[in-house]
Amino acid sequence: MNQKITSKGVSVFYGDKQALFDVDLNIAEKQVTAMIGPSGCGKSTFLRCLNRMNDVIDICRVQGSIEMDGQNIYDKSVDVVQLREKVGMVFQKPNPFPKSIYENVSYGPNIHGIAKDKTHMDEIVETSLKKAAIWEEVKDRLDQPGTGLSGGQQQRLCIARAISINPDVILMDEPCSALDPIATAKIEELIDELKATYTIAIVTHSMSQAARVSQYTGFFHLGKLIEFNTTDKLFKNPDNKMTQDYITGRFG
Amino acid sequence: MTREQRIKKRYQAEKRFRMLGIGSIAIAIFFVLLLLFKVFSTGSTAFIKTTIQTEVDFNKELLELGDVQNPTIDQIKSAEFFDVTYNAATGLYPYSNADEERNVKQLLSGNYEVEIKNYLINHPDVLGKKVTIELTASDDLDQLHKGNFPRDIPEDRRRLNNFQLNIYDNLVEQGKIGTAFSNYFFFHGDSRDPEIAGVAGAVIGSFFSIIICLLIAFPIALMAAVYLEEFAPKNTVTDIIEININNLAAVPSIVFGLLGLGVLLGVFGLPRSTALVGGITLSLMTLPTIIIACRASLKAVPPSIREGALAVGASKVQTVMHHVVPLAMPGTLSGTIIGLAQALGETAPLLLIGMVAFVVDVPSVPTDPSTSLPVQIYLWSESAERGFVEKTSATIMLLIGFLIIMNSLAVWARQKFERKW
Repeated sequence: MNQKITSKGVSVFYGDKQALFDVDLNIAEKQVTAMIGPSGCGKSTFLRCLNRMNDVIDICRVQGSIEMDGQNIYDKSVDVVQLREKVGMVFQKPNPFPKSIYENVSYGPNIHGIAKDKTHMDEIVETSLKKAAIWEEVKDRLDQPGTGLSGGQQQRLCIARAISINPDVILMDEPCSALDPIATAKIEELIDELKATYTIAIVTHSMSQAARVSQYTGFFHLGKLIEFNTTDKLFKNPDNKMTQDYITGRFG
Repeated sequence: MTREQRIKKRYQAEKRFRMLGIGSIAIAIFFVLLLLFKVFSTGSTAFIKTTIQTEVDFNKELLELGDVQNPTIDQIKSAEFFDVTYNAATGLYPYSNADEERNVKQLLSGNYEVEIKNYLINHPDVLGKKVTIELTASDDLDQLHKGNFPRDIPEDRRRLNNFQLNIYDNLVEQGKIGTAFSNYFFFHGDSRDPEIAGVAGAVIGSFFSIIICLLIAFPIALMAAVYLEEFAPKNTVTDIIEININNLAAVPSIVFGLLGLGVLLGVFGLPRSTALVGGITLSLMTLPTIIIACRASLKAVPPSIREGALAVGASKVQTVMHHVVPLAMPGTLSGTIIGLAQALGETAPLLLIGMVAFVVDVPSVPTDPSTSLPVQIYLWSESAERGFVEKTSATIMLLIGFLIIMNSLAVWARQKFERKW
């Protein structure tokens, strides 16, 4: 299995407080890698390191190396905008721009100059929305505000926005935690389809979701990666006692 | 205490609280109404002037246009109006000596010669004819007609003597005293004579000042707010800057007047008494207010929007310019308008940079000497003539009107462009 992202000894500090300790975690190409663990265990922090979203936070400091396709993404020569072009992200709470559905999807291609002309842009928007399995629901109202959609539709719109610039990797930070079970099922189905094209890393609170959608799972606790394994192995026969306790609901 | 007693007590407390609230609002409304009533009752008559129907003989000989067949407008403008206007004014009532002659002429406004001349310019066909024109009455007659001068006090304490009162009664009997819309109030600059003094100069001066204030304060404030809120590192320096901005917002406005006097007039040598300097001074004064309002509205844009934009690979500047600033626009706009409304009502700094001068001409460019509305109120409130009392109130009405319009605009901007997320 090809490793898309390899991280070695990643530690993250918020000011004096260390949030992540020496994490080694690899993300396999065109697979779904899930990160689970109790609240505050550092799984989201790790995910946000992968597209350098932590750069936004002044007091945040990242140590160690994260390589994508053999290139350290924290290297000085790496342009963060180009990195994020390759590594898209979907957030916990759906956050469409308060603009039209069309503009939500066309924004990324627009600023990166991907579309050659209007027709090409229309194509990109349509394919992105189709890939995000929301095209049928919104094709007649592309000019209406994205914020007017339901929560689940908004989240799929955000996924369409993320894939509109054709990234290699999509990071998902608890994408279903604000959604109802039906919307969640749709997103999970979508994740399954997307993994044919994209490498996906997903943080989730729900162990059953991790079990359903992922091929690999990492279990985090108190900023440390306790266990990383194939999802099958981790949920059926974990190596670590702590993992065993967590997945059987003894703590967390 | 039983359960029932407790419930009763709670209801009473709630009722008391509500009554207190209603009481406070009632007191506030009472005082606002009192102010408005006072201003309206004194000021409303300023929009009306008293006129006297006067017979004017546009005699061609007297105008020294005797040998001109069809005089052009320019010829009329340069004609000799002295005799015509003199005859018209003194023809109002027969007099027997020089004092009485002066008394008769004093019944008309100081501008009657110009009014007669303008009438002929606008109606060239009355040349050589006798016509009756409504001329503006003097302030004293105007106030008498509006009932502001008591007639039953001794003659030496009155502005109008018995002879003039007699003429007035006579003119009223003949139906020659009338009223008309006071065009002078809206379209004329300041004057020593209340009947022909107007706010046009002050309105234009205020307008220029506010526009200059907007052009300077808004871009600077927005950029400062965007930088401080979105780009600046959070450290001691930015903390100090923030504290100072908050302090500046609380600095008395007269201090900014001193700054304008010392720096703009003193160091840069900009022209004194002008709307240009007034506008710059006001912009310095409103800058902190607008910066604070802009920062608050930038802060109110949810971080998730920034993250969403950054995550699709927008740069920091793109994120801010494409998303954060447009979303903060309702707040920044209403904050700016409120800052400008504050500037519009500001008097103290303008006094120091000389906008308190007596300016008759309506300014046509921002570098002309001018006053502003609040300064005009201040100037007129100090004048002794009775006519300026009503003009003061009328100008207050105008200023309140402008402020209401601006504040409504701020509310409208906030509601119209507000987005939900």
